[in-house]
Amino acid sequence: MARFAPILPEIILAIGGLVLMIASAFVTRRGAGLISWLAVALLIAATVALIGAPSHAGPLFDGLVVADLFASFGKAVIFPAAAVAVIAAHGWFERGTEHAAEYAVLILFAAVGMSVMVSSTSLISLYVGLELNSLAGYVLASYRRHDERSAEAGLKYFVLGALASGILLYGISLLYGFTGTTSFTGVAAAFGRGAPTLGLLFGLVFLLAGIAFKISAVPFHMWTPDVYEGAPTPVTTFFATAPKVASVLLGVRVCIEALGPATDAWRQIVIFAALASIFLGAIAAYGQTNIKRLLAYSSINNVGFALIGLAAGTAQGASSVLFYMTVYVVMTAGAFLCVLWMRDGDGEPIETIASMSGLSQRQPGFAFAMFIFMFSLAGVPPMFGFWPKLLVFDAAVASGYVALAVAGILGAVIGAYYYLKIVKVMYLDAPAEPYSRVREPVQGALVLFAAVAVSPLGYLLIGPLGSLADRAAETLF
Amino acid sequence: MIGLGAYLIVAAVVFTVGVLGIFLNRRNVILMLMAIELILLAVNINLVAFSAFLGDLTGQVFAMFVLTVAAAEAAIGLAILVIFFRRRGTIAVDAADRMRG
Repeated sequence: MARFAPILPEIILAIGGLVLMIASAFVTRRGAGLISWLAVALLIAATVALIGAPSHAGPLFDGLVVADLFASFGKAVIFPAAAVAVIAAHGWFERGTEHAAEYAVLILFAAVGMSVMVSSTSLISLYVGLELNSLAGYVLASYRRHDERSAEAGLKYFVLGALASGILLYGISLLYGFTGTTSFTGVAAAFGRGAPTLGLLFGLVFLLAGIAFKISAVPFHMWTPDVYEGAPTPVTTFFATAPKVASVLLGVRVCIEALGPATDAWRQIVIFAALASIFLGAIAAYGQTNIKRLLAYSSINNVGFALIGLAAGTAQGASSVLFYMTVYVVMTAGAFLCVLWMRDGDGEPIETIASMSGLSQRQPGFAFAMFIFMFSLAGVPPMFGFWPKLLVFDAAVASGYVALAVAGILGAVIGAYYYLKIVKVMYLDAPAEPYSRVREPVQGALVLFAAVAVSPLGYLLIGPLGSLADRAAETLF
Repeated sequence: MIGLGAYLIVAAVVFTVGVLGIFLNRRNVILMLMAIELILLAVNINLVAFSAFLGDLTGQVFAMFVLTVAAAEAAIGLAILVIFFRRRGTIAVDAADRMRG
């Protein structure tokens, strides 16, 4: 039994998810609330199970997965983010005829997939984890099946996601063929034997293209705005947080553990994707009128900054990526929880930026929370969102990529415009129709927590979070 | 005896046909699902050919995983297509145009 102790979090989620799936077939609509709270409890239990033995157990199951501090760091961000996505659905699906119980179950399965992703050390477990997460994601995107936009979002996400999986898999098959192994260490050893052959380079490019799709980095971002807009808002909250962290961390592990000796080959790809994401995310967001679409471009933009840290290719860079993604998740989850509360007089959700006009006079607390998230996402100095941006630029400068850091800062300044535009709409424009009040005390507490965490008070976290990220990043080198 | 190169070329051709099938086809989504299957089959040809020529079973085990996941993926794809068809009454690719920007 001791063999299974290091994968206790995954076991809790997988078995719990299966039990809840059976249970959700029998419950009435009232029972759906209970199922979703049980799912939250399972995710919290899995997070608690990370403490202790699982975080230092080394390679497991013939090197298929590893339980190291890097994986545990990722899971400690992913599981709570998934729990927030479950809580975000409270009071949402009840409006329609949709059955809400399966929603929490799908999130649990996606969480298992994500935790396999961040701990995989073999191309097989990488693929299986990624697909387990993606398949649950396709269903979640089309969850409101009576809504045209949700069905369309699911269809687009599915077709493009399956294409990306195919491209990733083709790269994996080439890497396997030309290295003769599927383990990350074996692939790294093959890359270490002199200049990579053409077959290996093709494999590397295809693999990175597949991962770039999953983290929605330019030029593989085209699905993001449509899917984020069309999917139900709790699902968008989920897509923008947990899977994004899992995919970025997977990319970091693949680049450093498996492709480490070929750093010069992937660095130029990562630099291109980083700068293209930052600038496209900043510029394409200008004309948007839909807040979810705008936040989709914001997430493309933010992934670009995280990739700058990866492009540095050092332990400092990897640590800055971990720090960046942690703060990004808190800011984004907070912003989306605010979007969830935008309801018209009949309690129906509205998504236009225009409807936020004059919000500070109608609902000052709501507007102030949104104000903090927007300033933090923009990276304006007093807010905590400034610090991770500083860390990634610092990592890039430390490895000699000054021009990259300068371009990134320029992109951050351009991107700040649309975040500030939302603040301007909320604080300076004439009030529009008031929102109806949403009574969800747990969601309110989460928004409050997120707002405090990314406010200037967040700087108190730099010490513990920074040293944890440093130690987690060290395990990769 | 057919060499490894021949298998890789077949797989590359099937893969290209699959990718083109997704981007060039404007008619219907079923064709897209078939193109996705072609891509996964190309990967399987690669994996099994490499596995045979390397004398290493891992590739064939991997091909089994790919087949299983492809089956699940096709089931989910068709289910999403059915709900799309129920709302819109068509499965034309151009009908997926409710969101732009």
